[in-house]
Amino acid sequence: MRTITADDLADLARGAAVLGTGGGGDPHVGRLLAEAALREHGPVTLVGVDEVPDDAVVLPVAMMGAPTVMVEKLPSVDQVGSAVRALARYLGRTPTHLACIEAGGVNSTIPFVAAAQLGLPLVDGDGMGRAFPELQMVLPTLAGVAATPMAIVDEKGNRGVLETVDNNWAERLARTATIDMGCSSIISLYAMSGVQLRGGWVAGTLSLCDRIGRTIREARAAHDDPVAAVAGVLGARVLHTGKVVDVARRTATGFARGEGTVEGLGEDVGHRVVLHFQNEHLIAERDGGIEATTPDLIIVLESDTGEPITTEGLRFGQRVSVLAAPCDPRWHTEGGLELVGPRYFGYDTEPVRAVREAVA
Amino acid sequence: MRIGIDVGGTNTDAVLMQGSTVLAAVKEATSDDVTSGIVGALDGLQAQRGFDPADVQAVMIGTTHFINALVEGRRLAPTAALRLGLPATASLPPLVDWPARMVEAVKGRSYLAHGGHEFDGRHISALDEDELRRAAADMSAHGVRSVAISSVFSPVNTEFEQRASEIVAEELGGGVAISLSHEIGRIGLLERENATIINAALRELATGIVEGLAKSVNGHGITAPIYLSQNDGTLMDVDFARRYPVATFASGPTNSMRGAAVLSGLDSCAVVDVGGTTSDVGILTNGFPREATTEVVVAGIRTNFRMPDVLSVGIGGGSLVREGGGITVGPDSVGHRLTQEALVFGGRTLTATDVVVAAGRAAIGDPDLVRSIDPDLARRALERIAADVADVIERMRTSAEPLPVVAVGGGSILLPDELPGMGALHRPENFAVANAIGAAIAQVGGEVDRIYAIEPGRRDAAVDEARQEAVDRAVAAGAEPHSVAVVEFDEVPIPYLPGNATRIRCKAVGDLLMGA
Repeated sequence: MRTITADDLADLARGAAVLGTGGGGDPHVGRLLAEAALREHGPVTLVGVDEVPDDAVVLPVAMMGAPTVMVEKLPSVDQVGSAVRALARYLGRTPTHLACIEAGGVNSTIPFVAAAQLGLPLVDGDGMGRAFPELQMVLPTLAGVAATPMAIVDEKGNRGVLETVDNNWAERLARTATIDMGCSSIISLYAMSGVQLRGGWVAGTLSLCDRIGRTIREARAAHDDPVAAVAGVLGARVLHTGKVVDVARRTATGFARGEGTVEGLGEDVGHRVVLHFQNEHLIAERDGGIEATTPDLIIVLESDTGEPITTEGLRFGQRVSVLAAPCDPRWHTEGGLELVGPRYFGYDTEPVRAVREAVA
Repeated sequence: MRIGIDVGGTNTDAVLMQGSTVLAAVKEATSDDVTSGIVGALDGLQAQRGFDPADVQAVMIGTTHFINALVEGRRLAPTAALRLGLPATASLPPLVDWPARMVEAVKGRSYLAHGGHEFDGRHISALDEDELRRAAADMSAHGVRSVAISSVFSPVNTEFEQRASEIVAEELGGGVAISLSHEIGRIGLLERENATIINAALRELATGIVEGLAKSVNGHGITAPIYLSQNDGTLMDVDFARRYPVATFASGPTNSMRGAAVLSGLDSCAVVDVGGTTSDVGILTNGFPREATTEVVVAGIRTNFRMPDVLSVGIGGGSLVREGGGITVGPDSVGHRLTQEALVFGGRTLTATDVVVAAGRAAIGDPDLVRSIDPDLARRALERIAADVADVIERMRTSAEPLPVVAVGGGSILLPDELPGMGALHRPENFAVANAIGAAIAQVGGEVDRIYAIEPGRRDAAVDEARQEAVDRAVAAGAEPHSVAVVEFDEVPIPYLPGNATRIRCKAVGDLLMGA
């Protein structure tokens, strides 16, 4: 158990954007939203997955939509708390804990907004150990936990609760509603007991985000290479370093989809990496050969500073490093790959499994 | 021939150039009113090498006025930020991420109103004209003189910002300047809005500065067009500068880096520009200044400007030297009052310039006036300066390979011939006026900002077309064809228009052909 104050959020949001693999929202917007809530309502208590009682009522909360929209159309004042309240009212239960569904600049900080607004503790963990674009793509789905009932609210005050036959339908119907809502909504779903939480949650994710953010900050202060420092924490391999020469981005079917092309510099001169993304980076091709794939983490960092770059922040002329880090091993099971492997996303390729690099 | 002028906080430098040859170069103290410093510099050029004002084809001016005004929080207009988008965005109102000191400096007032668009062009809510009139009346009651208007997704659809601007102008009259966010920034509401508010706060100052610059140049009989350096090294005309002062924000570092590259002949190096108040360090890679990252923070405000990555430390020729538990140099400086306040000029303040003269490394003012300075104190002060500047260069270095260091700016006499751990310092000819040279060899840009209908599978062709057009326009504007490169490319889908409409903005930049 530890207390998180407004001063802790910069490291946490930055580290969360690293694990967010291009998606999960903009860390600056996320940090400002959470800082505003913590300044107004006081600090938030973070509790470990092991500390949650068996009969707890845990309500995760997240933002859904296209990240490109999230940097432009910010939430209304009480939109975040409203999603949790709507689900609690529907369930007729009083929540005891809140939780974070995915790592990301916004999706790791939005739960802090809700926790501060509602005065509830937050669980130190998440449902993926990274970010994925669709609702059913969480480890609890593999453990048989239902996504619904789920609440969905927009900034105009529209609220809905969905009950669906399976988690894929939850994604489908919530995505349609989110597009109508202007491509961003706040959702609360996967209500769980402490027992269910322990059966399918990734423990310690928020602390890891904090550690990654701190690592970047300290490496900069010591004039060390922050990219190498992040790679050390995650056991990641640096695939490529270069300059962004093209970004094709479109907001389609409720996602930010596109490709980014990175022309090699220094040791990588003459090589070119193409990143394919759907909110998150899913495939990294180098000179036409596949180097890294989902479910492993494909991370883009600003080369000089180690600053994570989201897919909506990717811009012509940036100098970036592309890293591949191993994901939670549960994703490489048969069920895991069915849910989030390259073939699910329409890429006709076997997953390339990243090996945890030894720290040099 | 062309004249390049750099108006810094301490000195005003000017060069007369024919092609890439420097015919004359002068350095004058910047005057409180700006103009007399420029007049003095032009007189100095005339005295060094007589020229007929009619032969001057262009005057290019770089100035740090705007960024200094913001950093110092002085001479800023009382500004209102009006954002359209309710009920969305209310969780983070305008100015939310500004330091309190800066909100105070612009007497910032923040207004949230209905309006805004969705990503696909639908309205978030209808524009409420009465609400806007009420906000304008409140601005008027609080003495607001400049307004920044931002609307959610205005880069996709500009109609609400345009209409709100008409209403605010009707209510507040023509004396109030209005800046619109879609003309200033890209997608990313907070950063675009911040840049627009900064622009608004600088509008009054810009009008005064631009008039002063024009008056002093014209007063010299020069009728050639006057241009100001922009952040990316290209030029803008004075009318544009009056409306978009924020675009000249980072021209100082860009000019000194480009000047240093031309003077030293090195295309990959660290550049240290030592002025009267600060030393700015930037990195040149393959002839281009290294760009700052995704997050550019100016005076504590986050923006999305593209500017060179420059780290500044408060050490310059006018820095105060103090002893007490070790030696400190700066960050406070006598600035442009060096010639009255430094010991070598008969003043009473011990400055970095005085210790350089005392150590026998330069002859400035009257060396007899600093004979009494303890040689050991002078030595330690100079070691402190060298160590502090070396530390900044070290922080900017990103690879282990040694990087040559080029020193420019009048204050670079403060630096030794060899910096600790950095090898020999390059001191090119005319190093003291590198900024003015950078302004005079400004680059030329070509821009495209148009909506393309992109058929499926035809994106590459549209992208190539936009790039080629930007390059062609830069060449048509006088750029050396081989030097032209695309520096910015931004694509915004416009989903509410048929045919996969996409707004493409592309800018190409190249060196000015040196025929003249």
